[in-house]
Amino acid sequence: MPGFGLTMGYTLFYLSVIVLIPLAGLFLRVLGMTWSEFWGMAMSPRAMAAYRLTFGASFVAAVINVVFGTLTAWVLVRYSFPGKRFLDALVDFPFALPTAVAGLTLSSLFAPNGWLGQVLVPMGIHVAYTPLGVTLALTFIGLPFVVRTLQPVLEQLERETEEAAATLGAGRLRTFVSVVAPTLFPAALTGFALAFARAIGEYGSVIFISSGRQFESEIAPMVIVIRLDEFNTNGALAIAVVMLVASFTMLGVINVLERWVSRYQH
Amino acid sequence: MAGNTPRRVRESHRKSQRGAEETPLVKWLLVGTAGLFLLVFLLLPLVNVFAQALGKGLGAYFKALEHPDTLSSIRLTLLTAAICVPLNVVFGVCAAWAVAKFEFRGKALLITLIDLPFSVSPVVAGLVYVVVFGLQGYLGPWLADRDLQVIFAVPGIVLATLFVTFPFVARELIPVMQATGTDQEQAAMTLGASGWQTFWRVTLPSVKWGLLYGVILCNARAMGEFGAVSVVSGHITGLTDTMPLRVEKLYISYDSTGAFAVASLLALLALVTLVAKTWLEWRQERQFEAAQHVETSTSRDEGTGPT
Repeated sequence: MPGFGLTMGYTLFYLSVIVLIPLAGLFLRVLGMTWSEFWGMAMSPRAMAAYRLTFGASFVAAVINVVFGTLTAWVLVRYSFPGKRFLDALVDFPFALPTAVAGLTLSSLFAPNGWLGQVLVPMGIHVAYTPLGVTLALTFIGLPFVVRTLQPVLEQLERETEEAAATLGAGRLRTFVSVVAPTLFPAALTGFALAFARAIGEYGSVIFISSGRQFESEIAPMVIVIRLDEFNTNGALAIAVVMLVASFTMLGVINVLERWVSRYQH
Repeated sequence: MAGNTPRRVRESHRKSQRGAEETPLVKWLLVGTAGLFLLVFLLLPLVNVFAQALGKGLGAYFKALEHPDTLSSIRLTLLTAAICVPLNVVFGVCAAWAVAKFEFRGKALLITLIDLPFSVSPVVAGLVYVVVFGLQGYLGPWLADRDLQVIFAVPGIVLATLFVTFPFVARELIPVMQATGTDQEQAAMTLGASGWQTFWRVTLPSVKWGLLYGVILCNARAMGEFGAVSVVSGHITGLTDTMPLRVEKLYISYDSTGAFAVASLLALLALVTLVAKTWLEWRQERQFEAAQHVETSTSRDEGTGPT
């Protein structure tokens, strides 16, 4: 087969120019800071509050996604009902919708005069411009990851084991808990990790639904942007490095999990 | 006796099937909950975009879209996608060819590196280019001496978009090209075709749907990217605002109809993307089933499956 030199050469060239060299430049610039300078900016109280909300809200969002994502995947794989194809296609909607539009429409839905806000705000449930809204936006963007990870695993699940459990006298719930759930666990965990990883970096949808108040509903990417607006590039870089370390850790975790899932599938 | 066995087997089979299924009540409860969740959580936000955009009538809607700054944001978004998608297609095809048709050390590492931009927060992706090309960046002074501007200008927007859309085409093409193998290409070359002829006439037609799938996803992200572009754009009205940035600017200036009008165009893009994606998945599924059908009928003659 010809063309290895050409295609490999171009692949490495383009990868280096667009991704690797700029990323290396970022780390190099951070290495130029003193440790106390870096640590002071990366761990400032305002940054810490932002990390807490970023990771906390992402975690809660990913948990909600595992619950509803598993239910959705189960229903789409196991049952046939009118409108199934439509719902199946709808699952990818958060993936296709620009995040700015997602944030805009969610904040308008939950605003006091919005379709859902009209009902929720009188009940004392404030979603728009609160940490709850941040969690909601992060749930919205993460849902497809859980459903699309679980669907193929559910499709390959052998019904015989469930039938065997039933034959042995297990009820449906017991079968689900002791037979189905353990098989789904690696895939559900992978879906959780993917949704979580996606959520910690999210920016576009959150800025519309968060009040952006310091120490309250500010996420880490928002602090990076504010530091840049103050022409404090080093301050932005310090927080960016923390976020990059978190992202790359998640990437490693996801790789391990995906290998675990594929071992289950054969 | 012999005649009874199959019937007994069938009966016990049916019985066990019944044991492995939920009662109709549970089934409809689960379908209802999932359906309601998806409709409220996913469909309602979509409907709300169009309701808010058209709430003040078609006249106000089109007037909002005809604003010169909105029109210029549409032009910039189209320009950005028109540059980024082809560049990432060329890269995606090269990367898929190198990864799928050859064996080499470090292949897994290369695939991980290609996927890397997906793990990076969009805001950090933008920041990376500020560090390289910004005024206080590595190349900043050099660029300033030559009156060239990357950050707070169109080149920065293109670069940031290239970064976030980088993996789309490659990651769709690599598995498709791996699945088709090298047999057909080798046959074509044995018959005297050149490398380019083989690529255009044999490889490309066999991966065209996977390529189109990657292009559609890449384009949707290129047109819809917010975070990365927001960091490098500088938000100069009429010059460096893309459509998503224009949505934000209209929103913070309390022009709800304007913001939702631009958002409705992006939502339409998402709908077109979804329809195209669903159609392509359905196509690939059918192609895969057909291929499996052929495979099972031929592998019996050959004695070995494809390797």
